[in-house]
Amino acid sequence: MAEVLEKEVVEKKPVAKSKEPLFSKKNKKLLTDPFDDNNPITVQVLGICSALAITVKLQPAIVMALSVVFVMAAGNVIVSLMRDAVPNRIRIIVQLVVVASLVVLVDQVLKAFVYDVSKELAVFVGLIITNCIIMGRLEAFALGNTPWRSLLDGIGNAAGYGIILIIVAFFRELLGSGQLMGFQIIPESWYLANGGFYSNNGFMLLPPMALITVGVLIWIQRSRNTKLIED
Amino acid sequence: MKAIHDFLEDNIKPHFEKGAKYEKLWPVFDGFYTFLFVPGHTTPGKGAHIRDGIDLKRTMNTVIMALVPCLLFGMWNVGYHHYNALGIDAAFIDQFIFGAIKVIPIVIVSYGVGLGLEFLFCVIKGHQIEEGYLVSGMLIPLIMPVDIPLWMVAISVAFAVVIGKEVFGGTGMNIFNPALLARAFAFFAYPTYMSGDKVWINTSVQEGQAVVDGFSGATILGDLATTGTTNYSPLEAFIGMIPGSIGETSTLLVLLGAGLLIFTGIGSWRIMLSAVIGGAIMGLIFNGFAEYAISPEQQAFMAVPFWQQLIFGGFAFGVVFMATDPVSGSQTELGKYYYGFFIGFFAIMIRVFNPAYPEGIMLAILFMNTMAPLIDHYVIQANIKKRQKRLALKTAGA
Repeated sequence: MAEVLEKEVVEKKPVAKSKEPLFSKKNKKLLTDPFDDNNPITVQVLGICSALAITVKLQPAIVMALSVVFVMAAGNVIVSLMRDAVPNRIRIIVQLVVVASLVVLVDQVLKAFVYDVSKELAVFVGLIITNCIIMGRLEAFALGNTPWRSLLDGIGNAAGYGIILIIVAFFRELLGSGQLMGFQIIPESWYLANGGFYSNNGFMLLPPMALITVGVLIWIQRSRNTKLIED
Repeated sequence: MKAIHDFLEDNIKPHFEKGAKYEKLWPVFDGFYTFLFVPGHTTPGKGAHIRDGIDLKRTMNTVIMALVPCLLFGMWNVGYHHYNALGIDAAFIDQFIFGAIKVIPIVIVSYGVGLGLEFLFCVIKGHQIEEGYLVSGMLIPLIMPVDIPLWMVAISVAFAVVIGKEVFGGTGMNIFNPALLARAFAFFAYPTYMSGDKVWINTSVQEGQAVVDGFSGATILGDLATTGTTNYSPLEAFIGMIPGSIGETSTLLVLLGAGLLIFTGIGSWRIMLSAVIGGAIMGLIFNGFAEYAISPEQQAFMAVPFWQQLIFGGFAFGVVFMATDPVSGSQTELGKYYYGFFIGFFAIMIRVFNPAYPEGIMLAILFMNTMAPLIDHYVIQANIKKRQKRLALKTAGA
């Protein structure tokens, strides 16, 4: 992703005549902050519902993460462009319409190209509309910032959300079904049924274990990054 | 003992004190030292009103003592069922030795992993070693089936100690009973090794041995849930000669342990009594409404006399040793009645209504662990209200 953005910089530099460089320290922080100090899931504890529901397997989690990156980045930019034209009283409805149309777009694309995954994600693609992270960023950031900064903020937050999703799904799929992306990782001969010693942990497939995995991630993050510890 | 004490005091202790070489390992030394001897710190001369030296370690040791009969009986029971399944007439001592060989490794793994993790956390955090695991480490092997692979025991123990206890702040801060958490984890993670009719009796055969025809390894509750009848008599169930988790089968010896706990004041008789009442009431309700069951098996299960429900499965063991856990249970005296009652009530309800979870007592206790603070809250609020009213009356009168 960094490379892609780097390219954009080269192309856009002559066009954007702002005083501030495109990747000033402040702008870079928009991208990197959500990964650690301000992670939507582990610090703000938003978007937990989808983190529980679609992290049983790695593939749907990755697709979900990419979908949210798209919806959030595009949504942030569009709302930011409209921010002066939208009357304050109907802003929520306008945001909803923007997000909903983007989600419908994503849903149709998934159905067209990765039908199996789209079936697995089922209603959760539609539920991206209600993902609290997206509405939160639109309200808190895009309404008051320029499109470029909103784009960075959207990508950063969605990626921070996605990375947690992918980490959780990695452990759940590996320990719960012995696979990654649908490929058998743990050798078949290890299983007790085949005379080995190993058995998959069925608990990892149940939602409580997703919550506990997220909890352990929060634990690790806070013991590394002590300024996150409240009180 | 005096010689050991002097040796530790003079030669070993200085190495672990502040500023010495092994300063970091002081919790480990202190843990072993106070396990053997009375702690070195004494109550202050002024202001202390409790002078009895009953600390957490002595409390825990009493519970372990209450558990020993169950453990020994469990070892014999494992051997007894093993030789029965093979159709061999074995001597009492052979049965016991076979069981001991199967059970002792599980105990060792439980203590090894659990205490190892506790020591690790104490050294990292630099606080004193807490003895909370002593009882859990004995309880966990007693509520596991004999055939469970040892690494599953190890993972369940690790889960219970780390997620169940250390994240909440260690012994005394946990909201769930760690031993039951270990069992619940194993139950949901490895259901094929924790339930069904294959795991309760060890049927490993050597050269020239074979399992007898018509052998069934199902527990009473498993039988009742699937067919509505069982081959074991209530007397066998009371004495404990039935298949089940290692140490929970014998109601008789659980009662013996309960006697010790109540006599020493360590287990709450309020919880035990109200749990038995709760279970009996649910049993009576089922007896009365058996004809409304949705299937003939369920009808037969519901019609089981209520007192038999109390001696089947792990009900007695759970009520006496798990529900009375002073940390995760209700703290208020009145709350203990409610807490116990609902444990018994739900345990029988779950086991009858949900054939997938024949061991309802586990889930009932874990559920009531969650509810215990709520119960306490309302008991305390009610008391505050009562006293406020009294105060209002008094001031109005004056």
